[in-house]
Amino acid sequence: MTAASSLGTIRVVSLYDDVMNVYADRGNLLALQHRAAALGVSVEASRVSLGDALPAEADLVLIGGGQDREQRRIADELVRRGALLREWAEDDVAMLAVCGGFQLFGRWYRDAQGEEIPGIGLFDVTTVAPPPGWTRCIGDVLVQSPVGAIGEVVGFENHGGRTYLGPGARPFARVEYGFGNNGADGTEGCVYRQALGTYLHGSVLPKNLGLLDHLLEAALRHRYGPEARIEGVPDVYAARAHDAAVAVARRRAPRFEGVAR
Amino acid sequence: MALLAGRAAGEATRRLGRGGGTALPGLVARTLAPGLVESLAAQPGHGVVTVTGTNGKTTTTHLIAAIADRAGMTPLTNRTGSNLERGLVTALVDAAGADGRIHDAATSLGLFEVDEAALPPLFARLRPRVAVFLNLFRDQLDRYGEIDSVAAGWSRMLAVIGTAPVLILNADDPSIAALAEVAGGEVITFGVEDRSAALPEAEHASDARFCACGARVRHEAVTMGHVGWWHCDACGRTRPTPQVAARRVTLSAESSTVEVASGDDAATLRLPAVGLYSVYNALAAIAAGRALGVSLADSVAAIEATGPAFGRQERFTVDGRTVRIWLAKNPAGLNEIVRALLSANRSLHLLAFLNDGIQDGQDVSWVYDADLERFAGHVERLTCAGTRADDLALRFHIAGRAPEETITGTDAALDAALGATPAGGTLDIVATYTAMIDVREVVAARAGERAYWEAAR
Ligand SMILES: [Zn+2]
Repeated sequence: MTAASSLGTIRVVSLYDDVMNVYADRGNLLALQHRAAALGVSVEASRVSLGDALPAEADLVLIGGGQDREQRRIADELVRRGALLREWAEDDVAMLAVCGGFQLFGRWYRDAQGEEIPGIGLFDVTTVAPPPGWTRCIGDVLVQSPVGAIGEVVGFENHGGRTYLGPGARPFARVEYGFGNNGADGTEGCVYRQALGTYLHGSVLPKNLGLLDHLLEAALRHRYGPEARIEGVPDVYAARAHDAAVAVARRRAPRFEGVAR
Repeated sequence: MALLAGRAAGEATRRLGRGGGTALPGLVARTLAPGLVESLAAQPGHGVVTVTGTNGKTTTTHLIAAIADRAGMTPLTNRTGSNLERGLVTALVDAAGADGRIHDAATSLGLFEVDEAALPPLFARLRPRVAVFLNLFRDQLDRYGEIDSVAAGWSRMLAVIGTAPVLILNADDPSIAALAEVAGGEVITFGVEDRSAALPEAEHASDARFCACGARVRHEAVTMGHVGWWHCDACGRTRPTPQVAARRVTLSAESSTVEVASGDDAATLRLPAVGLYSVYNALAAIAAGRALGVSLADSVAAIEATGPAFGRQERFTVDGRTVRIWLAKNPAGLNEIVRALLSANRSLHLLAFLNDGIQDGQDVSWVYDADLERFAGHVERLTCAGTRADDLALRFHIAGRAPEETITGTDAALDAALGATPAGGTLDIVATYTAMIDVREVVAARAGERAYWEAAR
């Protein structure tokens, strides 16, 4: 694979990746660095954890999932950084918030005891712990995203909380197989400007190049303006892993049969 | 009646050739007689030992069996790694006669590896005399849930148990060491004292980063994942000094030499296994031996004389090549295997399997938490295989070492990898659980060995 002439450098912030990495969300950063190298994009990654300051600027923000205890640990500090993160989102910084990170980028999470953990409200979504007797949403998941040219995205989901979109919120994707936000309305994740929230891990970026390239291009546009483009380079390993995972999801996950979009 | 039906079911599945029949008899017997575990587990004259933890259960159980055997006990184990309730029931049913009595009950020792999530409901029914806790790593979240809830379940289980077992605890793992706080009886800790065995830098797959008090645990050094020399600034909890300790560890490509101290005794263990994780398993077994009244010298002799457990660093000779099989179930375990393989300091021929069955974990994300980047520059030839061969190939591709071949089928992958290994060379096979069962059977057949349920008997 030949690296194209350099398309520039993007500044990637990986938020709390030592705390919020319960489903190998680390793979998203690894895949991003690998793909960027193949496309001729340089990556300046900074890892920001508890107590660290956010950098002055960013083109792409990543945050993964955590256990309940870990989400509680970062929630307060994340809320204090909420204003800046929302400002970045308004400025079209690209973002990917996965699972627990997606929940905390919403308005709030109400746990099983009825206690509300505040989120940063970047996405107009709220999440509630499952009522007694409800199971976790666990399994392969296949969705179709209308965002850009992302299209089919495949992954694995594992969440107890049920997430509901607010009146103005747009879903990231529509569920074909699996549960998605709540197992009831057929929506998956949320999109706000260039920020994407999703329950899909697996890790999600390595085998969904449409999504990965979408984020890379959005990050380049943030840095260099609306003309910035990437040339899609085929990656046979990513394509094969994607196809294999799609086949598994179609065979193994429940087909979503709800009607609401 | 339940016993006979269970035994008949085991014989029937084995005759039909459908796997080892190691779980079905248990399922039948459990359904027919719900009190069976209690009545059978009460019979062994030397009591019951349980072994749990994320990694090392099967090997540690295997080593304790060797120690017990040398001390004149008759260990009664679920050796094939069938470690959920029905696997245990199967082991007990197989040992019992039609009258429900275990043969040679007076000399027998119930010795069971128990899945970490299956332990709490079984604990009060098995009433162990000795309970071994090895480590707690992230493993198959789709099956077990989050590690916090596993640790909390163990604590509740220990707090309510009537007769207190001797707890064998890993001093170096903060979430295991904390179980001493709920112990009702004796505690024997084990750990590595040799700081030269520490890693130069922390690994990514470190899980128990938080203390029982909620603060972040500090590590002065780590041996693997979150295991090492730890303390908590907030509450003062700290790694206890291990009572069974590896004072000095020398790891080599084929074996390890360990200076072991246990109380006032000391001995040199020449461990026929690779990697620091194997040292932890041996220390746990020696500590369990101590709880059973076996001397350090006898435990060391027993461990030195025993071979590897099923599918764990087992070696075979096939077509003039050495084939080694490594079971990899989770990031922490895979990182240890990577480290052990690299310690050989030669170019590797590697056949790596990733399956996504229920016993492997249907979620294959975990391969991104293992530091496969370390393989770059050390692998002569790589074949990716298994039901999720393409996911594994992508992981290696991202790690900078794309495979030469990606082949889903077990036989075809083995043929390709063996064919590419020079005569006299070594092929290392790293595989998830169900893939290991498959490939080991093929390898063993080609090497002229018996199938696993026969070997385990
Ligand atoms: Zn503490």
